[in-house]
Amino acid sequence: MSLLTIFYILAAVTLATGFMTVISKNPIHSAIYLVLCFFSIGGHYLLFNAQFLALVHIIVYAGAIMVLILFTIMLMNLNKENEPIKSIASVLAAVVAFALLCFVMLAVFIKAMPQIENYQSSGQDYQSIKVLGKVLLNEYMVPFEFVSILLLVAMIGAVLLSKKQKTVE
Amino acid sequence: MENILQAIGIENYIFLSVMLFCIGAFGVLYRRNAIIMFMSIEIMLNAVNLLLVAFSTLHQDAEGQVFVFFSMAVAAAEVAVGLAILVSIFRNTGSIDIDNLKNLKG
Amino acid sequence: MEKNIALVLVLAPFFGFLFNVFFGKKAGKTLVGLVGTASVLVSFLSTLFFFSALNANPSQPVVVDLFQWISLEKFNVNFSFLLDQLSVLWLLFVTGIGTLIHLYSISYMHDDENMNKFFAYLNLFVFFMIMLVMGSNLVILFIGWEGVGLCSYLLIGFWYKNQDYNDAAKKAFIMNRIGDLGLLVGLFIVAYVFGSLDYKVISEGAYNTQLVSNNSGLIALAALCLFIGATGKSAQIPLYTWLPDAMAGPTPVSALIHAATMVTAGIFMVTRMHFLFDLAPQILDLIAIVGAATAVLAASIGLVQNDIKKVLAYSTVSQLGLMFLALGLGAYEIAVFHVITHAFFKACLFLGSGSVIHALHGEQDMRNMGGLRKVMPITFWTMMISTLAISGIFPLSGFWSKDEILLTAFHSNIPLWIVGSIASIMTAFYMFRLMYLTFFGEFRGTEEQKHHLHESPALITFPLIVLAILAAVGGLISLPGNSWLNHYLAPLFRKAHEAHHLDATAYALMAVATVGALIGIGIAYSKYIKKQEVPVQDAEMKGFASVLYHKYYVDEAYDVVVVTPLKKLSHFFRNYFEVAFSETVFAFGKIANAIGTQGKVLQNGSVGFYLLAFVIGMASILVYLFLV
Repeated sequence: MSLLTIFYILAAVTLATGFMTVISKNPIHSAIYLVLCFFSIGGHYLLFNAQFLALVHIIVYAGAIMVLILFTIMLMNLNKENEPIKSIASVLAAVVAFALLCFVMLAVFIKAMPQIENYQSSGQDYQSIKVLGKVLLNEYMVPFEFVSILLLVAMIGAVLLSKKQKTVE
Repeated sequence: MENILQAIGIENYIFLSVMLFCIGAFGVLYRRNAIIMFMSIEIMLNAVNLLLVAFSTLHQDAEGQVFVFFSMAVAAAEVAVGLAILVSIFRNTGSIDIDNLKNLKG
Repeated sequence: MEKNIALVLVLAPFFGFLFNVFFGKKAGKTLVGLVGTASVLVSFLSTLFFFSALNANPSQPVVVDLFQWISLEKFNVNFSFLLDQLSVLWLLFVTGIGTLIHLYSISYMHDDENMNKFFAYLNLFVFFMIMLVMGSNLVILFIGWEGVGLCSYLLIGFWYKNQDYNDAAKKAFIMNRIGDLGLLVGLFIVAYVFGSLDYKVISEGAYNTQLVSNNSGLIALAALCLFIGATGKSAQIPLYTWLPDAMAGPTPVSALIHAATMVTAGIFMVTRMHFLFDLAPQILDLIAIVGAATAVLAASIGLVQNDIKKVLAYSTVSQLGLMFLALGLGAYEIAVFHVITHAFFKACLFLGSGSVIHALHGEQDMRNMGGLRKVMPITFWTMMISTLAISGIFPLSGFWSKDEILLTAFHSNIPLWIVGSIASIMTAFYMFRLMYLTFFGEFRGTEEQKHHLHESPALITFPLIVLAILAAVGGLISLPGNSWLNHYLAPLFRKAHEAHHLDATAYALMAVATVGALIGIGIAYSKYIKKQEVPVQDAEMKGFASVLYHKYYVDEAYDVVVVTPLKKLSHFFRNYFEVAFSETVFAFGKIANAIGTQGKVLQNGSVGFYLLAFVIGMASILVYLFLV
């Protein structure tokens, strides 16, 4: 099986699950489709030979974020198809905007395509976990630490927000 | 091992990313359920991440991947806070339909 | 060391001001008075230090450089102080008399609910006056100049519940502003010609013949503008009308600001810039003429005034006119001499009148006074000494200084001498008229007032006594033939001024002046003691007396010539221009409002709509950036 075939299969899975995520009536189904979508994107990362990112992606998205979303859905008891019928106008607007965005972005990239040079391997190792770790902890040391602070703040904020408020009489 | 971009070409990844991004945008516009809008936003973020990794590979530069790493961290934080807000909204209004949230009306 | 003492000198009254403004209400009246007085006393003591230092080393004036204030390519202004003979002399009597008057005010203002405010303003005034005097360049002088004008305004309108007093304050302020504009223009011209506003640089430039001959016209113009500034502050024709009205303020204010210190700022400035005025003889002539005219005009108005403070106010204007006469004749030391003696006896007279007003519970009309000699002996005797001094009776201080001025006038211009002599005869007349009406004869006030008559407390009489002694012996600092003052001021003036020799002319003139004064006193005696006349009521006044009583209708003339057209112009601008402009501006507001009202509809609260707009906007940006 050539790489191209694998790519096409993965891309088809990605797009299809992504689309299903968007149009599923039931939020639980959406979430499941989204997990699949994330796994396929992880597959793309593996195709790029970016093992570290693939692992982090699976852990963070499929592991952490999706679990969080599923928990929330269940907490709110939303696994019902209770979404009200949308008006034709809003559906039409959404479709038109989607088409417009799609068209514009494709046009932009097609216009930019001649300037993108072809791949030429230099033979250097640039994306092994070892190299990435060095880059991350040398050049990007400070942002890395800031990320930890960001996550801490987000955690505190989330706890604070979702805490049951004391009823003020 | 043969590099993926020699076999597939960068343009395919660009098309994939654009389409994924537009699916996400469509979801945000089409749905009224806040959680599904959240998921759509995650899809858009992932489309961008994917493109970043593709170009990182094209230029054989680790910085693109480092950037993806940071954007994942931001996404995680965003989801945590966003879901907390959603929970709080749900507690207060009993619904997460964004059409019901019109308090900011001018 | 010197820098620190100079800072103490300047800032002590300012701290007094801050204290009285912020803590005065809570601190209580005793503390307010103490702090106010002590802060000025500290300044006085610091001045004494500089005075002794300067006496030990006359050729070395103290210069205190604080910081560079304005720094342009070719123009620098330093914030620095200059303590030479002239400024130290001025500081001595500003802070010295200031201390006495603060002391006096403790008692005088004790019943006023805003006593802390009064002391705050008074301290602020002293602070600005010290700035004015001590600055080493014209910009700092200008700060002080404006500051004392402000304090004058605040203090004239101190009893702000009376609309007349507020009007008087506004009048003083506006009249001063006119003069200040002249001063400012003068500053600009000086800065343009000499490239600096520092006294030292200007004086060097003034002795540079090349520079002077190239700019003689501009220098004369600058001197004229500076003199206009001086006429505003020192109440000369045509800007003198504010000073009599300024008597609306509390009496210590009249004594300190409108007699002894602030109104002499013009004389200080002219003396300070004497090198500039020396270059413009035609302006000096103008100064002399204006001074003499003011002296005689104000004196003639003073002849018929019935308000005790108004008489003193016109007397002040008249005496200031004499000082300007001396300045115009180039006799700067003599003007300074008269400033000092005048400060003593006029402060004493004002404080004495304040004591009388205090005893009569606010009565200021001399027609309702009389016979106070027995009840208020200290006030009477101190005022008597000062009156004799201002009338020029030998050997009190006024005799010496006035005689010097007249002598100088006689030597250079006989008509000016005649005018000056007439003014001083009139002075003798109206001052004794004041004394006779107030202290002699029978008491003409109401029974109730008579019941309450009393001598003022010691806090009021003590400054009176000190000032009376000074008024008596102040002339000793510049006796003809052996003038300590001329000697002291000599380092200031490049060309040494010849002290008048006591020749036959001088003796003859002294005799003439004394006889003139005695004639004035005699007329007053025969009119008010022998015939027991009392000035008639306002309505019964006839002829020239009425014209005099109404101050030659100058205020009315100014009203017609300046105020009314200005008001009409303002009305025109308000009714047409302002409406036009404001409607234009409002129109923009209305347009924005209409757009906002329409735009509000866009913000409908639907997140979906916002997102749609967001996506479309992003698409447009992409199109603009990459596709167009």
